[in-house]
Amino acid sequence: MKILLVDDSRTIRNIQKNILGRLGYEDIAEAADGVEGIEKLNSENPGLILLDWNMPNMDGITFLKTIRAEGNTTPVIMCTTEAEKSRVVQAIQSGANNYVVKPFSTDTMAEKIEQTLSRVGTSA
Amino acid sequence: MDVRYVNPFVKSVTNVFNTMLQTEVTVGKPFLKTPKCDRPDVSGVIGLSGDVTGVVILGFTKDVAIAVAETFTGAKLTWDDPDFADALGELANMVAGGAKSNFEGMNASISLPSVIVGANHEVVGSRANPSLVIPCDAPMGHFTVEVALKIDKPAVVGAAS
Repeated sequence: MKILLVDDSRTIRNIQKNILGRLGYEDIAEAADGVEGIEKLNSENPGLILLDWNMPNMDGITFLKTIRAEGNTTPVIMCTTEAEKSRVVQAIQSGANNYVVKPFSTDTMAEKIEQTLSRVGTSA
Repeated sequence: MDVRYVNPFVKSVTNVFNTMLQTEVTVGKPFLKTPKCDRPDVSGVIGLSGDVTGVVILGFTKDVAIAVAETFTGAKLTWDDPDFADALGELANMVAGGAKSNFEGMNASISLPSVIVGANHEVVGSRANPSLVIPCDAPMGHFTVEVALKIDKPAVVGAAS
Protein backbone atom coordinates (compact mmCIF):
# COMPACT_ATOMS: atom_id res chain seq x y z
CA MET A 1 0.00 0.00 0.00
CA LYS A 2 1.25 3.45 -0.90
CA ILE A 3 1.17 6.27 1.69
CA LEU A 4 1.08 9.95 0.71
CA LEU A 5 2.80 12.47 2.99
CA VAL A 6 1.57 16.05 2.54
CA ASP A 7 3.68 18.46 4.61
CA ASP A 8 5.72 21.55 3.68
CA SER A 9 8.54 20.45 6.01
CA ARG A 10 10.93 17.91 4.49
CA THR A 11 12.22 17.24 8.01
CA ILE A 12 8.77 16.08 9.12
CA ARG A 13 8.28 14.00 5.96
CA ASN A 14 11.63 12.29 6.60
CA ILE A 15 10.70 11.53 10.22
CA GLN A 16 7.33 10.13 9.06
CA LYS A 17 9.10 8.03 6.39
CA ASN A 18 11.40 6.52 9.03
CA ILE A 19 8.43 5.61 11.24
CA LEU A 20 6.51 4.14 8.30
CA GLY A 21 9.58 2.16 7.22
CA ARG A 22 9.80 0.59 10.67
CA LEU A 23 6.13 -0.38 10.37
CA GLY A 24 6.77 -2.05 7.02
CA TYR A 25 5.43 0.71 4.74
CA GLU A 26 8.14 1.46 2.19
CA ASP A 27 6.04 2.73 -0.73
CA ILE A 28 5.81 6.48 -0.01
CA ALA A 29 4.79 9.48 -2.11
CA GLU A 30 5.44 13.06 -0.99
CA ALA A 31 3.91 16.49 -1.55
CA ALA A 32 4.94 19.87 -0.11
CA ASP A 33 1.49 21.53 -0.15
CA GLY A 34 -2.17 20.85 -0.83
CA VAL A 35 -1.98 21.58 -4.56
CA GLU A 36 0.84 19.09 -5.07
CA GLY A 37 -1.01 16.75 -2.71
CA ILE A 38 -4.05 16.63 -5.00
CA GLU A 39 -1.81 15.95 -8.01
CA LYS A 40 -0.08 13.10 -6.17
CA LEU A 41 -3.40 11.75 -4.87
CA ASN A 42 -4.63 11.44 -8.45
CA SER A 43 -1.41 10.01 -9.88
CA GLU A 44 -0.26 7.75 -7.03
CA ASN A 45 -3.59 6.44 -5.67
CA PRO A 46 -2.42 6.09 -2.03
CA GLY A 47 -4.17 3.99 0.62
CA LEU A 48 -3.46 6.50 3.42
CA ILE A 49 -2.62 10.21 3.65
CA LEU A 50 -0.71 11.98 6.45
CA LEU A 51 -1.72 15.64 6.16
CA ASP A 52 -0.29 18.84 7.65
CA TRP A 53 -2.62 21.79 8.32
CA ASN A 54 -0.58 24.98 7.76
CA MET A 55 1.04 24.88 4.33
CA PRO A 56 1.61 27.36 1.47
CA ASN A 57 -0.59 27.40 -1.68
CA MET A 58 -3.32 25.16 -0.24
CA ASP A 59 -3.69 24.30 3.44
CA GLY A 60 -4.63 20.89 4.79
CA ILE A 61 -8.26 21.68 5.59
CA THR A 62 -8.89 23.01 2.08
CA PHE A 63 -7.20 19.89 0.66
CA LEU A 64 -9.40 17.69 2.83
CA LYS A 65 -12.67 19.46 1.95
CA THR A 66 -11.73 19.39 -1.74
CA ILE A 67 -11.02 15.67 -1.94
CA ARG A 68 -14.07 14.71 0.15
CA ALA A 69 -16.32 16.92 -2.02
CA GLU A 70 -15.00 14.98 -5.01
CA GLY A 71 -15.99 11.71 -3.30
CA ASN A 72 -12.47 10.55 -2.41
CA THR A 73 -12.59 8.31 0.69
CA THR A 74 -8.85 7.69 1.22
CA PRO A 75 -8.21 7.66 5.00
CA VAL A 76 -6.53 10.85 6.22
CA ILE A 77 -4.58 11.44 9.43
CA MET A 78 -4.10 15.13 10.19
CA CYS A 79 -0.61 15.74 11.62
CA THR A 80 -0.35 19.33 12.82
CA THR A 81 0.64 21.77 15.56
CA GLU A 82 -3.02 22.88 15.72
CA ALA A 83 -3.95 21.29 19.04
CA GLU A 84 -7.07 23.18 20.16
CA LYS A 85 -10.23 21.10 20.51
CA SER A 86 -12.03 23.39 18.07
CA ARG A 87 -9.41 22.60 15.41
CA VAL A 88 -9.66 18.85 15.99
CA VAL A 89 -13.46 19.07 15.64
CA GLN A 90 -13.09 21.15 12.46
CA ALA A 91 -10.72 18.58 10.95
CA ILE A 92 -12.95 15.62 11.80
CA GLN A 93 -16.02 17.43 10.43
CA SER A 94 -14.04 18.16 7.27
CA GLY A 95 -13.36 14.46 6.77
CA ALA A 96 -10.21 13.55 8.73
CA ASN A 97 -10.17 9.99 10.05
CA ASN A 98 -7.61 10.57 12.81
CA TYR A 99 -5.52 13.35 14.36
CA VAL A 100 -1.91 13.60 15.58
CA VAL A 101 -0.60 16.72 17.31
CA LYS A 102 2.99 17.85 16.65
CA PRO A 103 5.32 17.28 18.45
CA PHE A 104 4.62 13.55 18.23
CA SER A 105 6.51 10.55 19.53
CA THR A 106 7.33 7.65 17.23
CA ASP A 107 5.01 5.43 19.29
CA THR A 108 2.08 7.86 19.00
CA MET A 109 2.46 8.20 15.26
CA ALA A 110 2.79 4.43 14.80
CA GLU A 111 -0.29 3.83 16.98
CA LYS A 112 -2.44 6.33 15.04
CA ILE A 113 -1.39 4.85 11.68
CA GLU A 114 -2.17 1.29 12.76
CA GLN A 115 -5.43 2.38 14.42
CA THR A 116 -6.57 4.20 11.27
CA LEU A 117 -5.65 1.38 8.91
CA SER A 118 -7.29 -1.25 11.11
CA ARG A 119 -10.52 0.79 11.14
CA VAL A 120 -10.62 0.75 7.35
CA GLY A 121 -9.39 -2.85 7.12
CA THR A 122 -6.02 -2.28 5.45
CA SER A 123 -2.54 -3.51 6.38
CA ALA A 124 1.04 -3.37 5.04
CA MET B 1 2.93 41.65 28.11
CA ASP B 2 1.54 39.64 30.99
CA VAL B 3 4.25 37.24 32.21
CA ARG B 4 1.58 34.55 32.71
CA TYR B 5 1.57 34.18 28.97
CA VAL B 6 5.22 33.08 29.06
CA ASN B 7 4.44 29.78 30.81
CA PRO B 8 2.84 28.15 27.75
CA PHE B 9 6.06 28.81 25.83
CA VAL B 10 8.20 27.34 28.60
CA LYS B 11 6.04 24.21 28.60
CA SER B 12 6.02 24.03 24.83
CA VAL B 13 9.77 24.36 24.25
CA THR B 14 10.55 21.69 26.83
CA ASN B 15 7.90 19.39 25.32
CA VAL B 16 9.12 19.89 21.74
CA PHE B 17 12.78 19.21 22.58
CA ASN B 18 11.85 16.27 24.80
CA THR B 19 9.56 14.65 22.21
CA MET B 20 11.27 15.40 18.90
CA LEU B 21 14.96 15.60 19.94
CA GLN B 22 14.79 13.26 22.96
CA THR B 23 16.65 15.82 25.04
CA GLU B 24 16.01 17.87 28.15
CA VAL B 25 15.88 21.67 28.17
CA THR B 26 16.61 23.74 31.27
CA VAL B 27 14.72 27.01 31.23
CA GLY B 28 16.06 30.09 33.05
CA LYS B 29 14.27 33.15 34.36
CA PRO B 30 12.68 35.21 31.56
CA PHE B 31 13.89 38.80 31.17
CA LEU B 32 12.98 41.86 29.16
CA LYS B 33 14.90 42.21 25.90
CA THR B 34 17.25 45.19 25.75
CA PRO B 35 19.68 46.42 23.07
CA LYS B 36 22.50 44.90 25.16
CA CYS B 37 21.15 41.35 24.81
CA ASP B 38 23.23 38.81 22.85
CA ARG B 39 22.19 38.67 19.21
CA PRO B 40 21.57 35.38 17.44
CA ASP B 41 23.14 34.06 14.22
CA VAL B 42 20.05 32.06 13.30
CA SER B 43 16.41 32.86 14.11
CA GLY B 44 13.30 30.75 13.53
CA VAL B 45 10.40 33.22 13.39
CA ILE B 46 6.65 32.61 13.67
CA GLY B 47 4.00 35.33 13.56
CA LEU B 48 0.69 35.14 15.39
CA SER B 49 -2.53 36.87 14.36
CA GLY B 50 -6.12 37.03 15.59
CA ASP B 51 -6.88 37.56 19.30
CA VAL B 52 -3.13 37.14 19.89
CA THR B 53 -0.76 39.14 17.70
CA GLY B 54 3.02 39.23 17.73
CA VAL B 55 6.05 37.07 17.11
CA VAL B 56 7.82 34.09 18.59
CA ILE B 57 11.52 33.75 17.78
CA LEU B 58 13.86 30.86 18.51
CA GLY B 59 17.39 32.35 18.52
CA PHE B 60 20.63 30.36 18.24
CA THR B 61 24.32 30.83 17.65
CA LYS B 62 25.44 29.16 14.42
CA ASP B 63 27.09 26.18 16.16
CA VAL B 64 24.11 25.52 18.41
CA ALA B 65 21.68 25.89 15.50
CA ILE B 66 23.61 23.28 13.49
CA ALA B 67 23.76 20.91 16.48
CA VAL B 68 20.02 21.29 17.11
CA ALA B 69 19.12 20.82 13.43
CA GLU B 70 21.37 17.75 13.18
CA THR B 71 19.82 16.21 16.29
CA PHE B 72 16.31 16.87 14.96
CA THR B 73 16.91 15.53 11.44
CA GLY B 74 19.41 12.80 12.34
CA ALA B 75 21.57 13.99 9.42
CA LYS B 76 24.84 15.89 9.05
CA LEU B 77 23.99 19.46 8.00
CA THR B 78 25.68 22.73 7.07
CA TRP B 79 24.01 26.09 7.64
CA ASP B 80 23.40 26.61 3.90
CA ASP B 81 21.67 23.24 3.43
CA PRO B 82 17.90 23.75 2.78
CA ASP B 83 17.15 21.10 5.40
CA PHE B 84 18.91 23.25 8.03
CA ALA B 85 16.39 26.10 7.68
CA ASP B 86 13.52 23.65 7.26
CA ALA B 87 14.36 21.92 10.57
CA LEU B 88 14.69 25.14 12.58
CA GLY B 89 11.53 26.59 11.04
CA GLU B 90 9.61 23.46 11.94
CA LEU B 91 10.90 23.61 15.54
CA ALA B 92 9.73 27.24 15.81
CA ASN B 93 6.39 26.17 14.36
CA MET B 94 5.97 23.43 16.97
CA VAL B 95 6.99 25.68 19.88
CA ALA B 96 4.57 28.45 18.83
CA GLY B 97 1.78 26.01 17.96
CA GLY B 98 2.13 24.14 21.25
CA ALA B 99 1.98 27.38 23.23
CA LYS B 100 -1.00 28.65 21.24
CA SER B 101 -2.98 25.56 22.22
CA ASN B 102 -2.75 26.70 25.85
CA PHE B 103 -4.61 29.92 25.08
CA GLU B 104 -7.99 28.23 25.18
CA GLY B 105 -10.97 30.26 24.06
CA MET B 106 -8.92 32.53 21.83
CA ASN B 107 -8.97 32.63 18.08
CA ALA B 108 -5.34 32.77 17.02
CA SER B 109 -3.50 31.69 13.90
CA ILE B 110 0.18 31.08 13.35
CA SER B 111 2.11 31.97 10.21
CA LEU B 112 4.34 29.72 8.18
CA PRO B 113 7.86 29.83 9.66
CA SER B 114 10.66 32.06 8.39
CA VAL B 115 14.33 31.43 9.18
CA ILE B 116 16.87 34.26 9.26
CA VAL B 117 20.58 33.45 8.99
CA GLY B 118 23.25 36.13 9.57
CA ALA B 119 25.89 36.72 12.23
CA ASN B 120 24.68 38.81 15.18
CA HIS B 121 21.43 39.94 13.61
CA GLU B 122 18.47 41.47 15.41
CA VAL B 123 14.78 40.94 14.71
CA VAL B 124 13.24 44.30 15.57
CA GLY B 125 9.68 44.26 16.84
CA SER B 126 7.15 46.90 17.78
CA ARG B 127 8.29 49.40 20.43
CA ALA B 128 4.80 49.21 21.94
CA ASN B 129 5.12 45.47 22.33
CA PRO B 130 8.33 44.64 24.25
CA SER B 131 9.89 41.19 23.98
CA LEU B 132 10.45 38.77 26.81
CA VAL B 133 13.44 36.48 26.42
CA ILE B 134 13.29 32.94 27.80
CA PRO B 135 16.86 31.59 28.18
CA CYS B 136 17.15 27.86 27.45
CA ASP B 137 19.96 25.34 27.82
CA ALA B 138 20.07 21.98 26.05
CA PRO B 139 22.97 19.51 25.66
CA MET B 140 23.62 21.14 22.25
CA GLY B 141 24.09 24.55 23.89
CA HIS B 142 22.32 27.76 24.86
CA PHE B 143 19.44 29.27 22.88
CA THR B 144 16.55 31.66 23.50
CA VAL B 145 12.82 31.81 22.93
CA GLU B 146 11.80 35.43 22.41
CA VAL B 147 8.12 36.25 22.81
CA ALA B 148 6.47 39.56 21.94
CA LEU B 149 2.68 39.28 22.10
CA LYS B 150 -0.29 41.58 22.28
CA ILE B 151 -3.37 39.84 23.62
CA ASP B 152 -6.73 41.44 22.81
CA LYS B 153 -8.90 39.03 24.75
CA PRO B 154 -8.22 37.53 28.18
CA ALA B 155 -7.33 33.87 27.84
CA VAL B 156 -7.78 30.93 30.14
CA VAL B 157 -4.07 30.09 30.10
CA GLY B 158 -3.25 26.42 30.45
CA ALA B 159 -6.71 25.16 29.56
CA ALA B 160 -5.25 22.67 27.09
CA SER B 161 -2.65 20.15 28.19
